[in-house]
Amino acid sequence: MKSLIQKVVETLGPSGYESRIREVIRSEIEGTADEVHVDALGNLIARKGTRKANGRRIMLAAHMDEIGVIATHIDENGFVRFTTIGGVRTINCPGSRVRFLNGTAGVIGVEYLTNTYDTPGFEQMFIDIGVKNKEDSPVRIGDVAAFERPFLDQGQRLVAKSMDDRIGTAVLIEALRQLDGSPHELYFVFSVQEEVGVRGATTAAYGIDPELGLAVDVTGTGDTPKGLKMQVSLGKGPAIKVRDAGMLADPRVVSWMVAGAEKAKIPYQIEILERGGTDARAIQLTRAGVPAGCLSIPCRYIHSPSEMVDYEDVLNSVRLLVALLSEPIELQAV
Amino acid sequence: MTQNAALKALKAPRVGAAQLKLLERLTNACSVSGDEGEVRGIVLEEVRPHADEVRIDHLGNVLAMKSGSGKKALRVMLAAHMDEIGFMLTHNEDQDDGIFRFEAVGGVHIAYLPGKPVLVGKEHVPGVIGAKAVHLTTPDERRNALTIDSLRIDVGPGNSGKVKVGDRAAFATQFSRVGPSLRAKALDDRLGVATLIELIKNVPPNIELRAAFTVQEEVGLRGAKVAAYTLEPELAIALDSTPANDMPAWDDTENTRYNTRLGSGPAIYLADAATLSDPRLARHLEETAAHYGIPYQLRQPGGGGTDAGMIHKQRAGIPSISVSVPGRYLHTPVSLARLSDWENTLALLYVALVRLTPDILQADR
Repeated sequence: MKSLIQKVVETLGPSGYESRIREVIRSEIEGTADEVHVDALGNLIARKGTRKANGRRIMLAAHMDEIGVIATHIDENGFVRFTTIGGVRTINCPGSRVRFLNGTAGVIGVEYLTNTYDTPGFEQMFIDIGVKNKEDSPVRIGDVAAFERPFLDQGQRLVAKSMDDRIGTAVLIEALRQLDGSPHELYFVFSVQEEVGVRGATTAAYGIDPELGLAVDVTGTGDTPKGLKMQVSLGKGPAIKVRDAGMLADPRVVSWMVAGAEKAKIPYQIEILERGGTDARAIQLTRAGVPAGCLSIPCRYIHSPSEMVDYEDVLNSVRLLVALLSEPIELQAV
Repeated sequence: MTQNAALKALKAPRVGAAQLKLLERLTNACSVSGDEGEVRGIVLEEVRPHADEVRIDHLGNVLAMKSGSGKKALRVMLAAHMDEIGFMLTHNEDQDDGIFRFEAVGGVHIAYLPGKPVLVGKEHVPGVIGAKAVHLTTPDERRNALTIDSLRIDVGPGNSGKVKVGDRAAFATQFSRVGPSLRAKALDDRLGVATLIELIKNVPPNIELRAAFTVQEEVGLRGAKVAAYTLEPELAIALDSTPANDMPAWDDTENTRYNTRLGSGPAIYLADAATLSDPRLARHLEETAAHYGIPYQLRQPGGGGTDAGMIHKQRAGIPSISVSVPGRYLHTPVSLARLSDWENTLALLYVALVRLTPDILQADR
């Protein structure tokens, strides 16, 4: 599965510009689904199976987009001013390398700071693409770039830009390949524009009108020096979300997931995330409301160019998803 | 054929005396968010004779349908918001003296308020946002920012019975032309409203136009949300006005944050805080402008939002983009736009509609 992960994390696809990663995923899932289509906003939607008497119509969502930058101005000397797409943090920018969709590479520089310990704002930064003036710039206003960093395999731990949420797309792809004979009508949604406000999942969920929804996304951890106070660690299994800033997961969905993990003897953690949100929020609020939850893959250094996950957590996420979706689902009031 | 001749051959609508007169009426009207009746009245009067069907929905949006004569027409939503920023009276402080507390409606900056004349209520009762004479201010008061609680709208003793708590107030600036420029309040978004009215009067045969004159854009794109749900278009374009901050930087460095520039033509959006424009539509607009020699500019990606921010998320998704007439000093009592930018915006939109075919949506986004 590592080669699949490397392929998806190294593809460029900032929010709103997901066409390349969509093509990569489309070819990876070829022949595994009954029907594949792309909706009006660019979500890639693969249906597998039809709804049996004891099954449900289920939407699974992992977002294809990643955070990035967009050019706002090319100055007289060819430096590119930019703004962000999604939750890019200033501290991760200076010295970072970015790659525009047209292939141009650049490095992020900063205006002279009178106090070198100040964190500069984005308006004080620029991208140096190695040209001498505006006329020579292959970049123009509106061109989009993603952070560039090669995939790093540390054996047990995997590091890459855009682990958020390409690791979720890899889990969905692998689950789609493995699932066989599910009683459910499964819609695997590789969604767009999550990082700018769960926009793709909003329209995909309306179109699918699911009876149950699950997002597969990354979550933070509390296992680094003086880190966030949070009871999720790398390597202790997939996290079952109870809440985040955007959603209170349906308690019936949470207990179904917990029971499924225990039955299949898959390690799991309970996740309570104070900030952030996922596609599950959009699904939950669709039409007249949908029971929704989220299977999270623990991840360190989210929204930096080096996001880290544990390989065993990834494999266990696939196992849990396949186990959950292979059986009829009874949601019981807690 | 020259480019201009090509444009003429397409019979693109132009901005003439009648259109300017209409813009004057529209900008002098007061339509603060939630109380858009005055502009709605003008819109209805203008579009009813031309549209196939006109409806007012539950939030107050005007929805006008007009189909071109062609078969297999593309269902296109165009949206322009009728509302403007302004104020609401919240408390009658002195029954006889006509002094009211108020709050802001939409994005207004406190620094732009003291000393400005306003029109209050449906009868346009003249008032002023009072300010303490500079003579009487303390050094501390001159240094520190004002708060809206310290300001009042003063309509005078004779008028206190004509206005009441809950009434809206708008800036009192009257429309005028200054050289190549249009100077008025609420050019954001009466320019869009005036443009959309012209397009309803000149619908190309290949377009099934679903026009929305929306309410409550300035308080969170609220009208557009329900309008798009109702209209169910295949694609949408929001027509708006966006700030031009194109003056030289104070320290003679290059101005890198101008957003748009006056005189550089319609501003095509690629990204703002609410929408990542559909790249197929952006390409179509740019190619159209280039082909017909219509000047255009790309709005600097960044913050802000238009009705497109709600439209594109309705139902199973609606490919959307925005086009704006640039304007200086938006959301202040006087905004300034160039007539040529408005003309080029109208021409670009018309020609872009003429050239639009369902093929545009065949390719994946």
